[in-house]
Amino acid sequence: MARIVAGAATSHVPAIGAAIDNKKTEQPYWKRVFSGFEKSKQWMAAARPDVIIAIYNDHASAFSVELVPTFALGCATEFPPADEGWGPRPVPVVKGHPELAAHIAQSVILDEFDLTVVNKMEVDHGLTVPLNLLCGSPAQWPCPVIPLAVNVVLYPPPTGHRCFMLGRALRKAIRSWPQDLRVLVLGTGGMSHQISGPRAGLINSKFDKAFLDKLSRDPKKLTRIPHLEYMREAGAEGIELVMWLIMRGALDDKVDEVYRFYTVPASNTAVGHIILENRRGK
Amino acid sequence: MPRKQQDYDDIPGTFVFDAERSRQGYGINMFCMSLMKDENRKAFRANEAQYLKRFPLTADQTRAILERDYNRMLELGGNIYFTAKLGATDGHSFQHLAALMTGMTQEDYAAMMLAGGRPVEGNRSKSGKDKRRKSGAKRG
Repeated sequence: MARIVAGAATSHVPAIGAAIDNKKTEQPYWKRVFSGFEKSKQWMAAARPDVIIAIYNDHASAFSVELVPTFALGCATEFPPADEGWGPRPVPVVKGHPELAAHIAQSVILDEFDLTVVNKMEVDHGLTVPLNLLCGSPAQWPCPVIPLAVNVVLYPPPTGHRCFMLGRALRKAIRSWPQDLRVLVLGTGGMSHQISGPRAGLINSKFDKAFLDKLSRDPKKLTRIPHLEYMREAGAEGIELVMWLIMRGALDDKVDEVYRFYTVPASNTAVGHIILENRRGK
Repeated sequence: MPRKQQDYDDIPGTFVFDAERSRQGYGINMFCMSLMKDENRKAFRANEAQYLKRFPLTADQTRAILERDYNRMLELGGNIYFTAKLGATDGHSFQHLAALMTGMTQEDYAAMMLAGGRPVEGNRSKSGKDKRRKSGAKRG
């Protein structure tokens, strides 16, 4: 039986990717950010998941305004890095797990989550930056990755509650997969940031830290945050945090928080990161 | 038809990219998306006004693009992830755009971010409807 051993969440700031690609990680500004992920890389190397389910959002790379799926599951064999205007990032092609992805699609749709099946998709910094933060810059990513793209660009994104419940449905799907697999669920995006309009630059550390606390110990409270409050308190683009609730919904109610990191800023964004382990999953 | 007022219109300095703006701004965003191809960037640079005729844009939207009025583009249905592609085509960093939208110099904007960003206090509401929350009674 496949089982979810842990969940992690991290911001996916594009400038972090650019700092890696342009070898600026040792500069003091960036060192402050990257030093927070040293422990995560060690944790990741020890955790050795067989599959990562990566919850992220596309930023006008794979999906323009022609097609905006609320939840889109990557069922392809591989997902090349997207050209976001500066050429594709020099990172490995993301290898999928089409068999498990197909199983998840079938299971969660019958569980009333009508997600979109995607058989051809490029992935942008939203997915590849978190992989770098957890895995460094290897020649190949350490395991297959199933991308789950969530619309948080066109308002309204799915509600936090809906996201949490999708996490529950994912958990059920994974548990019903016969092969023994250790699965890591990765939530990305956030934390507080606004990159559009005259209010750009907004950061709310108090909101972010309370969010991290509740994510760890009392996540159901977070599922009641209305969209208005995310946008008001955490910035128009801070609403990406609903994606973290899919990750949390996929975990058990009680988890062990094994690591947390928070710093302001990376470019325009508050960087938050947390690793949560299922107690029975080890 | 005037825009239907939404609860989030009360957030200052913010143009939420909702379904109505997406409908209205389809041309802006598809124009920006076209700039992902080098041949299109060249055609746009060669004659901006002529190139924009390829897209369903109102006169206001065309003017906002030509004048690089990024806030106006957002107000008329552009989305930041798309309009950022126009900024990149012009050779600007994202921080340059952010500074433009906030009416700050890039230096001042960068300094604000380093100092912890724009505070939420005083930036929550146009109407002051959120006063209860300001007291810190309810959070997250």
